[in-house]
Amino acid sequence: MATIAPTAALDRPHSVRLRARLQDWLPRIVLAPSFLLILVFVYGFDLWTFFLSFTNSRAFTSTKLIGLANYQKLWTWTFETDPPSNWYTALVNMGLFGGLYVAFCLILGLGLAILLDQKIRGEGILRPIYLYPLALSFIVTGTAWKLFLDPRIGLEKAVHDWGWTSFHFDWVVNPSMMIYCVAIAGVWQTSGFVMAMFLAGLRGVDSEILKAAQIDGASTFQTYRRIIIPIIRPVFFSALIILAHMAIKSYDLVLSVTGKNPGGAAELPSTFMYSYTFTRNQMAVGSTSAVIMLATIAAIMVPYLYSELKEKAR
Amino acid sequence: MSAGDLITSGPSREPARHSLTTRIVIYGLLVVFALVYIVPLVVMVNTSLKPLDEVTGGNMFALPQHLTLQPWIRAWGEARIGVSETAGIAGYFANSIKMVVPAVLISTVLGALNGYVLTKWRFPGHALVFGLMLFACFIPFQSVIIPMAVILGMLGHIGNELKDATGWSFGFGNSTVNLVIVHVVYGLGFTTLFFRNYYEAFPTELVKAAMMDGASFFQIFRRVLLPNSTPIIIVTVIYQFTNIWNDFLFGSTFAAGDNAPMTVALNNLVNTSTGITEYNVNMAAAIIAAGPTLFVYIVGGRYFVRGLMAGAVKG
Amino acid sequence: MATLEIKALRKRFGALEILKGIDITLEKGGFLVLVGPSGCGKSTLLNTIAGLESISSGEIRIGGRVVNDLHPSKRDIAMVFQSYALYPNMSVGENIAFGMEMRGVAKPERDKAVAAVAKTLQIEHLLQRRPGQLSGGQRQRVAMGRALVRQPSVFLFDEPLSNLDAKLRVDMRIEIKRLHQTTGTTIVYVTHDQIEAMTLATKIAVLKDGEVQQVGTPSEIYNMPDNLFVADFMGSPAMNLLEGRVARANGEATIVLERSDHPAIVAPIPASANAETLVDGAKVIFGIRPEAVNDMESIDRNAKTVVKFEAKVEIVEPAGSDTFVVTRAAGKELTARMRADADLKVGQNHTFAFNLDKAVLFDPATTQRI
Repeated sequence: MATIAPTAALDRPHSVRLRARLQDWLPRIVLAPSFLLILVFVYGFDLWTFFLSFTNSRAFTSTKLIGLANYQKLWTWTFETDPPSNWYTALVNMGLFGGLYVAFCLILGLGLAILLDQKIRGEGILRPIYLYPLALSFIVTGTAWKLFLDPRIGLEKAVHDWGWTSFHFDWVVNPSMMIYCVAIAGVWQTSGFVMAMFLAGLRGVDSEILKAAQIDGASTFQTYRRIIIPIIRPVFFSALIILAHMAIKSYDLVLSVTGKNPGGAAELPSTFMYSYTFTRNQMAVGSTSAVIMLATIAAIMVPYLYSELKEKAR
Repeated sequence: MSAGDLITSGPSREPARHSLTTRIVIYGLLVVFALVYIVPLVVMVNTSLKPLDEVTGGNMFALPQHLTLQPWIRAWGEARIGVSETAGIAGYFANSIKMVVPAVLISTVLGALNGYVLTKWRFPGHALVFGLMLFACFIPFQSVIIPMAVILGMLGHIGNELKDATGWSFGFGNSTVNLVIVHVVYGLGFTTLFFRNYYEAFPTELVKAAMMDGASFFQIFRRVLLPNSTPIIIVTVIYQFTNIWNDFLFGSTFAAGDNAPMTVALNNLVNTSTGITEYNVNMAAAIIAAGPTLFVYIVGGRYFVRGLMAGAVKG
Repeated sequence: MATLEIKALRKRFGALEILKGIDITLEKGGFLVLVGPSGCGKSTLLNTIAGLESISSGEIRIGGRVVNDLHPSKRDIAMVFQSYALYPNMSVGENIAFGMEMRGVAKPERDKAVAAVAKTLQIEHLLQRRPGQLSGGQRQRVAMGRALVRQPSVFLFDEPLSNLDAKLRVDMRIEIKRLHQTTGTTIVYVTHDQIEAMTLATKIAVLKDGEVQQVGTPSEIYNMPDNLFVADFMGSPAMNLLEGRVARANGEATIVLERSDHPAIVAPIPASANAETLVDGAKVIFGIRPEAVNDMESIDRNAKTVVKFEAKVEIVEPAGSDTFVVTRAAGKELTARMRADADLKVGQNHTFAFNLDKAVLFDPATTQRI
């Protein structure tokens, strides 16, 4: 609120009032560009893509509406299992990759956090080691793992050299197993982050509760199982939501681990969208898959964000 | 205490009573996993220092018999990237820098101002505005990429027209400018989130006191909030730098060919289907690509963690 | 055989000695309060009794057994924490039963024990609720219930009332005292609030910097403090401590308290002090509590020795039930507690009186009571 000297207001009422009004509105004016940018570039574009999913756009955008035809196409493709349509493969892989990625990140993250929570020495060295993969681009991660798992020069060869000659690990070049390699690389990259979340959660548990548990005679295992882990349930949810949304958005990682994606065996909705839009010139189908991706993420994130914001407001 | 602080401040309770065997198991597991995390990086470095015949003929764990920096030199200046004429990743590295620096600066400044407005100058509807900006952090980029391509295409046309008319395109259609725009817009959600959470905890009394002293909107920001914002600025800059430098999707879609950022060039290099795969050069290139963010991580690791936690646990 | 015996207990943390040789005993059914300023080691001492922290040397016996190396759950103790430490993911009933569950007590017996305790504390209607749904006072009772159900030899309370607001604190204090009287349990209680200490304890141990300053009944601690620290720490408002000197003349010893604008106050040696040891000219600290400083109307009728003196009123603080009047003696402020309707004006000269029965003397050099 601007303070105005009364005499000034009498002398030049109009411009002073205008200036005062401007001051009041200044915060909103400052916020406006960012907000508008987001409105347009995020929500506006989402709507645009949504619109496109109802058109027959191919290599370029078209405004000719064809109703739900694209959605129907994808719907049919969902059930085309033999031979599997690209969309079917994408969905299956999403389930496999997403499920494994989330599950293993959670398990590994929780496990490492619990181990680190045992008052061990050297945490200052270990924790950064678990976390550093996060600093890497997914492309770098994929490149590293592609080499590591390469049967000719990577793991299989190394194990052969050490004597176990019947060891077989060609997943990364085997179309049907590629997606698991993507999962391995993904878990390697992100589990440190989940560990950090769980570690913060574990350390946030009131130490007096742990003392009470000691007096009650609970062993370390019982304390974790009956008390600590139930208390950090919110952290599970946070981690789950974030991992799920990262899994759906995964694109760089798939590309770099699988290379040229032979036969589309490691297809995911994200790569599906890209190839149909830019390579196969079926923009409308691509848009439709993008809308489906967006809807899935919204279905996960919106309830979660809403409850988080409400918590903060309380 | 924020979650990030909880992690970095370390344990504060009495030592647990664990038997010797338990402790051995715990340490053993931790070390095994540490190896799992570190080995791929070690292999990368190792491979990047070997001549190609050692890589293809030998064991990835074996140390180089003929240590060589040739792969690094090739990666930097000589390797052919896809179908590009430019040799080596040096140019692409520069592209990344040209794009990252402005994008980080602009998105951070805007995020700070937004956070300031949202917490200290509340207006009706601020919760909704924040909510909308927050959700924007999580959208899949696939849902905006087509319209963005169209818009950037239009900007390119405008640029060409301007160039024909005045001799300069004023930045329209320039790939670097395009990427900066894209990264600023899609980074705004996160930077606003970080600053908003930080300023939320900042005592409003200081702002009110400054107001009573007659300070204006911007003066309060500059003289009261900004000087006390160093921690969150560091967190935001690190987070944005890492995300933007590591981005691939936008880079590959909107900045093709010679103007591509580092990540795109790396991917093209590694996935060339022509000729022999020079694994050692690829690894060197990957390490160069990862260099800046790893360096930032080593130097500012504590803030890195805080940034992650701020995004995830939200205060 | 005392229920709790602590002998020569020392605790070191690195180079820092936190507890410097503690000796305390507590008989069965006693209520021991460990009181002292922040950092004096009282919580640490409680934690060592509980077994949550280790000791460097010394011995702790509970019920005659040496418990130094025993796990907390094996020491036959129960603890009520400052934050109550209720398990948030379990119901009240499960919270109370958890310890029994860990010890392998069968479900029917657990339920019976929980029901009995709930009845005593009147929390039966809360058994299915979660701690998050309870008020502060209710949570306190659940925490006590969890401790009660163990039927331990010793109950440990770690500043349980600090988190409550003033009114609730008084109510819960009475509850704890009632609990002690009806169940006759042995209690060790830590607080920094000396009023809690005085009202609850049968025995008080005043601690400072890891050392026991004095152990005694509330009355002993209050009326016969062993040293200056105890004298000053206990009692609110604090005891008046005035510098004076001994004057011996004609075989008679008196205390002289100089004043700047009035003649010195001359008082006989208080009954509590050993007059023989006092040397002429020796410096002493004269201690007297505000309630023993009045005027002739309010002074205790049964006082054997009274010293009158004129002084100027500096500050008058009406406190409802009393009026505190501040004047000056021996260069320091002297607080007197007068009747509520004492009508004194600032600047007015008034005749005050010391009830010398209640006065104590300290040696300034050793801080000990004479």
